[in-house]
Amino acid sequence: MTEGYNFAYLDEQTKRMIRRALLKAVAIPGHQVPFGSREMPLPYGWGTGGIQVTASVLGPDDVLKVIDQGADDTTNAVSIRRFFAKTAGVATTTHTAEATVIQTRHRIPEKALRDDQIIVYQVPQPEPLFRLESSRVETRRMHGLADYGLMHVKLYEDVARFGQISIAYDYPVMVNGRYLMSPSPIPAFDNPKMDRMPALQLFGAGREKRIYAIPPWTDVRSLDFDDHPFRAINALEPCGLCGATDAYLDEVVTDDKGGRLFVCSDTDHCAERRDAGHVGKDGVP
Amino acid sequence: MTAPLTAGFADPVLDSQRCFRSVLDGMARPGRIHTVSGVIPPAPLCSAAAAVLLTLADHETPLWAHADFAPARGWIAFHCGVPDAADPARAVFALSMGLPDLAGFNPGTHEAPETSATVIVQLPSLTGGAPLRLRGPGLRDSVLLAPIGLPADFVIVWRRNRGLFPAGIDLILCAGEELAALPRTVAIEEA
Repeated sequence: MTEGYNFAYLDEQTKRMIRRALLKAVAIPGHQVPFGSREMPLPYGWGTGGIQVTASVLGPDDVLKVIDQGADDTTNAVSIRRFFAKTAGVATTTHTAEATVIQTRHRIPEKALRDDQIIVYQVPQPEPLFRLESSRVETRRMHGLADYGLMHVKLYEDVARFGQISIAYDYPVMVNGRYLMSPSPIPAFDNPKMDRMPALQLFGAGREKRIYAIPPWTDVRSLDFDDHPFRAINALEPCGLCGATDAYLDEVVTDDKGGRLFVCSDTDHCAERRDAGHVGKDGVP
Repeated sequence: MTAPLTAGFADPVLDSQRCFRSVLDGMARPGRIHTVSGVIPPAPLCSAAAAVLLTLADHETPLWAHADFAPARGWIAFHCGVPDAADPARAVFALSMGLPDLAGFNPGTHEAPETSATVIVQLPSLTGGAPLRLRGPGLRDSVLLAPIGLPADFVIVWRRNRGLFPAGIDLILCAGEELAALPRTVAIEEA
C-alpha cells in the first residue's frame, strides 16, 4: 500500500459525506441523491463516481473486481483496480465469484451475484429524462410527482416509428414501482439481472454529482407496453470462443473482408467456460 | 467535576469503515442485526449508537439529542464536532432514548427526500420483545424483528411515516453493541 494517502485515497470527511448520501440512496430506492463529488486523479468520464463510491465502501478485507464493458483487462478496469490495490492495499480478482465489491462500467457480470456482494456502477448520466427534458429543476419536479408520461411518449413514438422500442442500452427502469431510473449504459440485455438481485447495487455519477442505489430483492421493471413487452436484444450466434448462447456478445471485426467474430463480453465468464472445456466454433480446444 | 473523556474509535479510518458497512448492510436489509464493538462511550450512550455517530456525524450534520443524553454531549461534541440542533426540525441526525415524536423531525420533501432526518433510537434490546414483521425492499421474504422498548402504537406511527414516501424518517435502532435499521420503505406489522 502506498504511503502518504489516507486509506482508499479519499479523506475521511469526504467519505462521511458520501456514506451519508449512500444510506439515503438505499432508503429511497432509485432516487438520485446529490453529493459533493471530488476531483479525482483521473478525469470525469473515467469512472470517478464509481471510484468515490467504492472508496467509501471498501475495507481492507474486501476483494475487488473491476470490469469495463465486461472485460477485466481493459485500460479503465486495469487502472482502477491498480488504483485501489495501491491506495487501499485490497486484494483484487478477476473472478466474479471471489469478489466482495465489483465496480463496473457498462455491464453486469453473467454469473448471478450473491447476497454478500456489492456492485458499484459507474454512471455518466444519472438522469433518465435527460434527453427529453434538459432542465434539472423540471426533472426533479417530475421525479417528485412520479410524472413519467414523457418517457412513455418517447417509447410510444419509438413503437410508432420503428415498430419496436429502439433502446439498446441505458434502457429506463422503474425501481420499486416509484422511481424512473437510468441503469447506466448497460445493455438492455442486462436489465432483467437487476430485478430482485440479491446483491446491493450502488450507482455513482462523478461529473453529474449524483448517487443512487437499489437495495437487494427490489423490484426493477424495464418500461414497456402490454402489447410491446420488453425484449432483451442479443446477437443471434453463440460465442465463437466458448459457445455460450446465454451470454451477452461483442461483435469483433477480424479482417477487411467482412469477417467477424462474436465473443462473450464478460471475459471472466468466457474464460471460465473455456477452462471447463466448452469450445465455440472459432475457438481452440 | 466531569469524568475524563474516553476515547473514540481506536482506528478512526478502519473502524468507521467497518461500522459504515454494518449500517449500510442494515439499511439495505431492514431488520438484520449487526454488532459493532470497540467504542466505550459515557453512559447512557450505548456503544452502537456512539459508533454510528462517530461514523456518520460531523460539523455538517446538526444533531438533536434527547435530554437524557446530556452526560454524553461533551463526548459527542469532542469526537464528532457536531453542532447542536436545538430545534429538532433542523436536525440531520437525532439521538433518542426510545422512539421520539417523529413528527418533530424533517421528513424531507418529494423533490428532495434525501434531506430527511435519520433518527438513532436507543433501546434496551433488539431481541426478546414483541415480534414485528418487516417487508419491503431489501427483503426477499418477510423477516421478524423483536426490539424491546418501542411504543405499543409503533406500527401505527410507522404507517404514517411510510405514507410520506418518498419523504420520511429513517431509523437506526441501537441497543448495547447491536444495531438494525428501518428505512422509510419498510412495511411493518405486528407478527
